[in-house]
Amino acid sequence: MKNKQSWIDQRFPLSKVWNEHLAEYYTPRNFNFWYFFGGLAILMLGMQLLTGIFLTMHFKPDSANAFASVEYIMRDVEWGWLVRYLHSTGASAFFVVIYLHMYRALLYGSYKGPRELLWILGMILYIALMAEAFFGYVLPWGQMSFWGAQVIISLFGSVPVVGPDLLVWLLGDYAVGDAALNRFFSLHVIALPLVLVVLVFLHLVALHHVGSNNPDGIEIKQNKDKDGIPKDGIPFHPYFTIKDSMVVVGFLWILCAVIFYAPALNGYFLEHANFVEANPLKTPEHIAPLWYLTPFYSVLRAIPPLFGSQFPGVLAMGAALVIFFALPWLDRSPVKSIRYRSPYYKWALGIFVISFIMLGWLGVQPVTPVNALLARVFTTLYFAFFILMPWYTSIGKTKELPTRVTE
Amino acid sequence: MKTIKLIFLAVFLTTISFGSLAASKTHLDHADTDIMDAASLQNGAKLFMNYCSGCHAISFMRYNRIGKDLGLSNKLITENLMFAGSKTGETITTAMPEGAASEWFGGVPPDLSLVSRSKGTDWIYTYLRSFYDDESRIFGVNNKVLVNASMPDALWSLRESQSEAEFDNSVRDITNFLDYVGEPAKLIRLQLGKWVLLFLSILFVLVYLLKKEYWKDVKYGIWRPRD
Repeated sequence: MKNKQSWIDQRFPLSKVWNEHLAEYYTPRNFNFWYFFGGLAILMLGMQLLTGIFLTMHFKPDSANAFASVEYIMRDVEWGWLVRYLHSTGASAFFVVIYLHMYRALLYGSYKGPRELLWILGMILYIALMAEAFFGYVLPWGQMSFWGAQVIISLFGSVPVVGPDLLVWLLGDYAVGDAALNRFFSLHVIALPLVLVVLVFLHLVALHHVGSNNPDGIEIKQNKDKDGIPKDGIPFHPYFTIKDSMVVVGFLWILCAVIFYAPALNGYFLEHANFVEANPLKTPEHIAPLWYLTPFYSVLRAIPPLFGSQFPGVLAMGAALVIFFALPWLDRSPVKSIRYRSPYYKWALGIFVISFIMLGWLGVQPVTPVNALLARVFTTLYFAFFILMPWYTSIGKTKELPTRVTE
Repeated sequence: MKTIKLIFLAVFLTTISFGSLAASKTHLDHADTDIMDAASLQNGAKLFMNYCSGCHAISFMRYNRIGKDLGLSNKLITENLMFAGSKTGETITTAMPEGAASEWFGGVPPDLSLVSRSKGTDWIYTYLRSFYDDESRIFGVNNKVLVNASMPDALWSLRESQSEAEFDNSVRDITNFLDYVGEPAKLIRLQLGKWVLLFLSILFVLVYLLKKEYWKDVKYGIWRPRD
């Protein structure tokens, strides 16, 4: 065994990688519930890739056959229904995990120095994941696939001057149709998964270089023993590999409960209208994207058209995403964790989360005058969280930081 | 933090109650179907094939799949349920020619393979029981759920020969059958679910005990808190 190991080590840094990233990667001992979701996100990525491979074996990316091929998977392919539900419900579960993972960063200031690049890589991952989910939702070629694609793609048509030409270039046709379905399939199964895997790798490299943050938001590397091991760190393997295994089983329990008993979750994970084949001549009375995209859809709808153009709304929606990238530089607080921050930040974060949830809820509702007003109010609050951040994070009294992590 | 958590709760509750308000446009009766009730599914299949399949296809469904899932032999299927097809492996289409359908109803009657998934069982159950006389319509009937439906009251003979409760049950069986047709895998999904969850529960306990064993190192052993 020893001989084999050294034979490999002379040719490939196996032991070095194993030690640096697992057995001697020191992780803060005070990780709590909020630290479950990074590992779970990797689990979901793996599950989506694996189930996706099997779905691709049976799916037909052809506007005449796509809808029927999904039903073929649901009915005639052995265990096809389970693979499909794992993938479609899995997509929603992936976003639940990602949103909680991102919320953790807001709670404990994980985006603050020296983790700015880690945060930016994560944000690119998030946007790539939204694109991946959008392309995936078009593939079953139901009414919502078609009309959702129609709405989202037409946003590009609102770009001044080049918009209409850009639209034709993106669709490969004058309307959403077979050409679009085919290229979306290609982007969904090859291009974006590759981007996601590479970005996850970079995200982990950056994380292991700077080390994990923790619920106290203090750097464990500042307190090392004589062997250079952080006094508040414990090896990732076996302690967090075993703890994360437990978390994985618990998470799978919840996921399977949904998959086996409510896979469409009353229209939230698979919309009712998507069980009707795409029909370009029949607009559904109400078009809504899936829940994980609705906060941004609300921002889009909240901005009134200017000079007959929807472009300002599109810009606002883009800004709602891009502004996240600036977070490490907007936050002026001397402390990272919410445990030691001033009450101003706690209130700001609370209002932000409420705004995000309300925008998400408004995104699945039809537009009424009251809803439109609410969407504007919450859009304003959403942006206020970021724009006012340099101010409210620099005032107020923060609590004194401990020198060592608390349990 | 307490106040913030309370506000969250309040917002969630309002969101949920608003959501349910927005959903209730037309009142729908609760179908109360049970997909595990084989007798109801068999009766639903019989009624569907006799009263509905003349016009409506369920083209994602195969005859022999129904036989397998509902416990009916191929012979029984061929003799009692097959009106349009010739082989039990075929999907269930209708004998009605498309051109004639458009002439008779102003359009081809929709395929009902997925109607339970797009409209829901409550909708089907209420719709089929909501026909009323209306001389202004071609077929002399209109519908409260789907106003100006172009479908005649296909179940009228059933309605006249049965009591109200019996008729409701017949419609419930058809609805139950359509629920099954919308997702045949639902039968195995619901049966399998509890075993999957039981397996994961046991696995969770085992992994938890293993974790507890390892984490003794962190609590009291070599990785206990150090100064």
